[in-house]
Amino acid sequence: MNKQRGLSDKAFDKLNTFFVFLIVIVIIYPLIFVISASISDPAAVSSGEMWLWPVDITFEGFKLVFNNDAIWLGYRNTIFYTILGTIIHLVILLPCAYALSRKEMMAKKLILWFILFTMLFNGGLIPTYLVIKSLGMVDTIWAIVIPNVVGAWSILVARAFFQQSIPDQLVEASKIDGASDFYIFRKIVLPLSLPIIAVMALFHAVSLWNQYFTALIYLSDSNLYPLQLILREILIVNEIGGEGMEGGAGLAESLVNQVKTAGLVKYAVIIVSSLPLLIVYPFLQRFFVKGVLIGSVKE
Amino acid sequence: MRQKKAGGNPAIKKNRLHLTKKNFLKSWQLYVFLLPALTYFIIFHYIPMYGVQIAFKDFYATEGILGSPWAGFDHFTRFFDSYYFWRLLKNTLIINLYQLLLFPLPIIFALMLNELRNGPFKKWSQTLTYAPHFISVVVVVGMLVAFLDPITGLLNHVIMALGGESVPFLTDPDWFRHIYVWSGEWQSLGWGTIIYLAALAGVNPELHEAAKVDGATRLQRIMNINIPSILPTIVVLFILNIGKFMSIGFEKVLLMQNTLNSETSDIIQTFVYQTGLLEGQYSFAAAIGLFDSVINIILLVTINQIARKTSENSLW
Repeated sequence: MNKQRGLSDKAFDKLNTFFVFLIVIVIIYPLIFVISASISDPAAVSSGEMWLWPVDITFEGFKLVFNNDAIWLGYRNTIFYTILGTIIHLVILLPCAYALSRKEMMAKKLILWFILFTMLFNGGLIPTYLVIKSLGMVDTIWAIVIPNVVGAWSILVARAFFQQSIPDQLVEASKIDGASDFYIFRKIVLPLSLPIIAVMALFHAVSLWNQYFTALIYLSDSNLYPLQLILREILIVNEIGGEGMEGGAGLAESLVNQVKTAGLVKYAVIIVSSLPLLIVYPFLQRFFVKGVLIGSVKE
Repeated sequence: MRQKKAGGNPAIKKNRLHLTKKNFLKSWQLYVFLLPALTYFIIFHYIPMYGVQIAFKDFYATEGILGSPWAGFDHFTRFFDSYYFWRLLKNTLIINLYQLLLFPLPIIFALMLNELRNGPFKKWSQTLTYAPHFISVVVVVGMLVAFLDPITGLLNHVIMALGGESVPFLTDPDWFRHIYVWSGEWQSLGWGTIIYLAALAGVNPELHEAAKVDGATRLQRIMNINIPSILPTIVVLFILNIGKFMSIGFEKVLLMQNTLNSETSDIIQTFVYQTGLLEGQYSFAAAIGLFDSVINIILLVTINQIARKTSENSLW
């Protein structure tokens, strides 16, 4: 009996390992393909000759990408938006979450509901657009970094962290010593909260780096375009001719019109835009995982 | 402080008021901490909620929200009566239901990862399958465009090598939903396991030991110990998923949409974007958007209610 079970468990193990392996391959294959395609001869890629390893290695695609001013500008803009947006995110989020984590805070429930309600209901695309337009934020960097700068979810997560990891006695003892809340927050709470600061900054930075829609609706000045909007033109608009949304389409045109190299540029530009995050995340994985987990803890 | 409050004998009320004031003065700085966030929520969330009234008006930019004349439910009836209403509703519902059907996949994958006995292999599997989560929608759709191209795309090369005919995946309405949903699954499968894996790590090992003694197989232990143990997590995540119903992935749909596949790719939110921001019919688009949010809230509240009655796991 026992032996039989040992045997079937072994078979289970082997089968399970095999299927996990298969899933990992399926998920990772498109990425390997893109990497190989970016340094292969475009003719070999479009003919299907290249399917796993690079064929006729060439770095022309990267050269074209690096010599393209629009891409550089987009890159610079994205970095700038990501850094600025993340800083504003933290400046708004952390004090608010800390204040809501304090016992002595009055009307806490009411304020929390006020914030949480925005998760349940929002004005929607058009009313929000009208507000941002009337504030004169259209075609400025503020339209990119301010809307969605902080969500109710982040506040809940950061608050949960403060509640769990800032000992009450510590804050109370400092207060008895005459420290103000500003002082306590700066000198005691923040140094103890580096993990949550990292988590929150990373999540927000990733979403800023990858967003295109806000830029699409609020920016028409191509000098302000973030990388994702330029990518959209190179990868999608010029390829299948997305309809009805021109707006600076000429930007990448000169580049993409060279039909022969279009395929090459396509893959190189995917690499250039996605690589920073793909290289960084494995090292910061524990922070990301932590973020997901604190976020899942119920009130 | 607490004790003082409780011990107050005659003038409790007065005392309490005094304490509230004292409390506020003592911690006024905490309220300053709230100001930036509350200002943000008022301006960018509550003012738009107030602005929703343009759904019931004929909004003219020159008149402003208050000055524009009322239109009652005109925009709503116009939307409900239009020929595209049913198409939009159907497309929106189908694509969301399709996505919801894949809800068990990350659970299954997490159960599989959890059974791996080889530590490094498990770790690598996790890290590698998280990767697509960090890729932007623009790049994902760009990759789809490249892979699924009827002439140069890899998939069509394979189909043709096997003797089939090239399929115009991205311009064929029949393919749109499959491509949308499965490319989304590619992005989120690995990432979606994180919460379940954490829940599985919390399963009491003694349960497994006891089951082993009783002669339970691996599969039996998964079915009878692991799955019931993570059931609360599953229910909460399921409700959260429903909460996002009607509102998922519209930015990706917008990127994948073209005139040829619009028969299935037109969803309520892309329509709001198109009529509102591209055509400038603000009031009409706001009405459609409002209709969308209302359905969403009703769904979330209903599901939460059902979950609370049946399983004691709910969001509130």
